[in-house]
Amino acid sequence: MANGGYEEVMKNIKPYDQKSFETMAPGPFQRFLRTCKIYQFIRFIIINLKMLKVVSKSHH
Amino acid sequence: MESNHNHTKGYIMARLVVLGAGVSGHTAATFAKHWLGDEHEVVVVSPNSKWNWIPSNIWVGVGEMRPEDVVFELAPVYKKAGIDFKQAKAVSIHPEGKEGSDKPFVTIEYTDPSKKGETEEVEYDYLINATGPKLNFAATEGLGPENGHTWSVCTYQHAAQANDALQTAIERMKKGERQKFLIGTGHGMCTCQGAAFEYIFNIEYNLRKAGVRDKADIKWISNEQFLGDFGVAGVHITFGGYLTSSKIMAESLFVERGVDWITGAHVEKVEPGKAYYELLDGSKGEEEFDFAMLIPPFSGVGLKAFDKEGNDITDKVFMPNGFMKVDADYTPKPFEEWKGEDWPKYYQNPDYPNMFAVGIAFAPPHPISKPAKSPNGTPITPAPPRTGMPSGIIGKTVAQSIVEMIQGKTDKPQHHASMAEMGAACVASTGKSWWDGTAAALTVYPVVPDYEKYPGTGRDPEYTFGEIGLAGHWIKHILHYMFMYKAQLKPGWTLIPE
Repeated sequence: MANGGYEEVMKNIKPYDQKSFETMAPGPFQRFLRTCKIYQFIRFIIINLKMLKVVSKSHH
Repeated sequence: MESNHNHTKGYIMARLVVLGAGVSGHTAATFAKHWLGDEHEVVVVSPNSKWNWIPSNIWVGVGEMRPEDVVFELAPVYKKAGIDFKQAKAVSIHPEGKEGSDKPFVTIEYTDPSKKGETEEVEYDYLINATGPKLNFAATEGLGPENGHTWSVCTYQHAAQANDALQTAIERMKKGERQKFLIGTGHGMCTCQGAAFEYIFNIEYNLRKAGVRDKADIKWISNEQFLGDFGVAGVHITFGGYLTSSKIMAESLFVERGVDWITGAHVEKVEPGKAYYELLDGSKGEEEFDFAMLIPPFSGVGLKAFDKEGNDITDKVFMPNGFMKVDADYTPKPFEEWKGEDWPKYYQNPDYPNMFAVGIAFAPPHPISKPAKSPNGTPITPAPPRTGMPSGIIGKTVAQSIVEMIQGKTDKPQHHASMAEMGAACVASTGKSWWDGTAAALTVYPVVPDYEKYPGTGRDPEYTFGEIGLAGHWIKHILHYMFMYKAQLKPGWTLIPE
């Protein structure tokens, strides 16, 4: 992959542009993890547990 | 309809009237009936014949769901539950009764085709105002799908129209034409930035799927002071070991997906293909578009109130924005003096204690985001959102309090659900697909920041987190089926949390 796979997000960053230059853009591994089924299945369980924690804290 | 006060088994049958059958009203009515059984009456007044799971409307707006996937008919569900359903709009509230009767009542006008235009007086012992928002497209000249030049995803019907226009735009791009998309808020005082956020990224995702993303210029415009404000003053989430501001998370996603943005904007006029706006620094701008979806500002639905003598007391019962006054602190104060205690706990009207307002229908004490205005005096401040989870919890909590009062267990509401003591679990879709879709799943605790208890960020970092991924999409998609199931009162429905 050109530029280590960062090309896709790098093309949207413009030098000294107040918006795009000052951001944090995900690299190829981060983007891979977003839709990696095994990793996301684990995150699905963890996120649900965290949400249930907030839901139960919110019922008085 | 006079109240049915029967003396049976030594008690008087009471009547709870719920105005509105959205998330909050439907939750309140169904739980109240579940707890009251046949001993007391529950009446629901709603102008719509169908219930709509609003969070999925954005998927209707990009053609990923059909309108019939996000609605169901209310009448058979209420009949099954023993709830008296009147398909009508509420017109006025008479909390003191009228000459010759102290019994409070509401006047309604039927929208049911078999009785269209007929009016009726419905007496009540307890009233829940769950009428939700009026979509105030008229606040901005040229806004809206009916009399303006922008699309909307606020109702499933609007969303279906937006999708038709989107598909037309996609066909144009397939023929080589460039298209400009403008998505966001259509007024300086809007809420619901989250819905617009979902829509812009679902459009972006679907354009990529259609193979025409390179022909599209997509831009966001909103009244937030910074991207990621969402009407809740932004959020600091724990992410990758860092406490990260939602501004950074939002800007990251916008840059990643090649979406430009304008913030701090009050859209003041829309003409065909052009939106005019004013920024916080007082400068003016214009933005051309081929397709625009701009959320309208909300107001109350326009209920009036009258005293026993027939004098107009609307100003006593409602704030100028049309939302009903409840047990909040409405004393005007600067941002630095806002406190969690300003927010209501019991959602009870202070002058008429048998009247409550839930969901979007209650008047908030002030915004959550810091107010701002341009040097020209134009207010450009997001209004506070009341999303699905808080709305459902508030509806259920008020129902619980009213049921206990009806049953004589107490004479005051005992259950509270302040947004300053409640969290929210939100899932914002950024592309629909079981295989490679994504959504931002986040929890925020509390919804209204408490800067005394949690200095700096206003939120508990242990309960405030967020991430983007396929898991978020699975959650949102599953929640669609779960809440459609729950709202139709199918077996085990009470076990599904709000």
